[in-house]
Amino acid sequence: MKTEIIIAGFGGQGVLSMGKILAYAGLLQGKEITWMPAYGPEQRGGTANVTVILSDERISSPILQQFDIVVVLNQPSMDKFEPRVKAGGILLYDSNGMTRKPKRKDISVYRIDATDMATEMNAPKTFNMLVLGGLLTVAPVVAVEDVMSGLKKTLPERHHHLLPANEAALRKGMEIIEKEN
Amino acid sequence: MEEIKLMKGNEAIAHAAIRCGCDGYFGYPITPQSEVMETLMKEKPWETTGMVVLQAESELAAINMVYGGAGCGKKVFTSSSSPGVSLKQEGISYIACAELPCLIVNVMRGGPGLGTIQPSQADYFQAVKGGGHGDYRLIVLAPSSVQEMADFTVLAFDLAFKYNTPSMLLADGIIGQMMEKVVLPPFVPRRTDEEVRNQCPWATTGKVGRKSNVITSLALEAEVMQETNLRLQRKYAQIVEHEVRFEEVQCDDADYILVAFGSCARIGEKVVELARNEGIKLGLLRPITLWPFPTKEIQRLAKQVKGFMSLELSVGQMVEDVRLAVNGLVPVEFYGRQGGVVPLAEETLVALKQKLVK
Repeated sequence: MKTEIIIAGFGGQGVLSMGKILAYAGLLQGKEITWMPAYGPEQRGGTANVTVILSDERISSPILQQFDIVVVLNQPSMDKFEPRVKAGGILLYDSNGMTRKPKRKDISVYRIDATDMATEMNAPKTFNMLVLGGLLTVAPVVAVEDVMSGLKKTLPERHHHLLPANEAALRKGMEIIEKEN
Repeated sequence: MEEIKLMKGNEAIAHAAIRCGCDGYFGYPITPQSEVMETLMKEKPWETTGMVVLQAESELAAINMVYGGAGCGKKVFTSSSSPGVSLKQEGISYIACAELPCLIVNVMRGGPGLGTIQPSQADYFQAVKGGGHGDYRLIVLAPSSVQEMADFTVLAFDLAFKYNTPSMLLADGIIGQMMEKVVLPPFVPRRTDEEVRNQCPWATTGKVGRKSNVITSLALEAEVMQETNLRLQRKYAQIVEHEVRFEEVQCDDADYILVAFGSCARIGEKVVELARNEGIKLGLLRPITLWPFPTKEIQRLAKQVKGFMSLELSVGQMVEDVRLAVNGLVPVEFYGRQGGVVPLAEETLVALKQKLVK
């Protein structure tokens, strides 16, 4: 079993961190893992993406043409990666700032209004955890408990008081994800 | 059981170096390998093992600090990326001539010139054919996973000390930046001064009860310099005989062989999967040592396959060594991308079919 995922959005949205949490959760489940960032000059505002491959066997290429799961968090990423979802795969997007809906009919499409919810919850930094919660609902590639352990590992100890807020966001994301196609 | 960790390739190099008893690191930051020094600075090994970590004022300074440290018999290394490694070439030539063990890490990026920060393998010629002036070689290891970044750091040091010669870890931005599982090597303490004196009797360890050890790459008399050259060549012949390393994936029944190293070997494994799905019997030969090159193995395979294709992040450099090995027996083709662009497995298979599978 191998799952090939790409998460793409603006720098500053927590794209790389979200991938890292997934990778750590995969590690805890004993999977083979490759976490491959686009490592260009992507700070806040630029585009950022990360490929995460979770597999029961040795992983070959870290650079992929097509993905089982594509998570897009801005319009440029939607334009770039919608065509690269495998037939029958999953596309998950945050509606904020999107100027069009996905066009593909041969894939499952899910929408999550995570930017709006993060604002409503007054916790904009937990945006990526909302998205991750939504992702795990439609594609339970790793267990929620392992995600929380993964988060604990990736978050510096001085920020551990934020763990409950992140878990709340993760759970909220599970509720607000909606199937579109 | 040793703990499994998740980390970047660059971080794995730093952790492995501390654990294998490294005495010192001298470097100057450059993307995409800055995490090597960053990790060392974060780990503060000077407080635990006593290892020195120093950000030099330039690449030239860094490689000459390595020259000095290696001359003292210390286990020292430097790391950089393509433009920075070009700056180090003079020092590397001196170290090779002075027959000192050390490790140089090159996490390659797109060139020529200042180029780009994206991955590349276009420093192959520089690494395996000399790079600096004069007739010398480096032992060049090409890791293709984060685990190998750790393992080959240890191996590269071992080989450097076995042959008193500089070795190089030739990685690229992909292997340096990606995170994978890794089991770090066991912890080995740094050698004591006495152990260094015993293991490196040539080192400048302080003249106590012996005649002076002189380390130099200068010999104004031509005959003396010729003897140095011949001695180096005898050593290189030993390395060629004993240290060739490679990995094969599904080569036994293969009609065609893809030759690729480092990150391209990972892409190559996927090409093999895709080709086999279409009924094309493709195998992958992955040189682990780029010098010494697995020439004999390629010669052996050339007698049983219909052709080779080299896959590289360059305009085609290693392909020349494949052609030298094959020596016209079967076609040798090339496919690659340049300047930081990375070929996908799918497009590589299309190229393979166009160029080779007739």
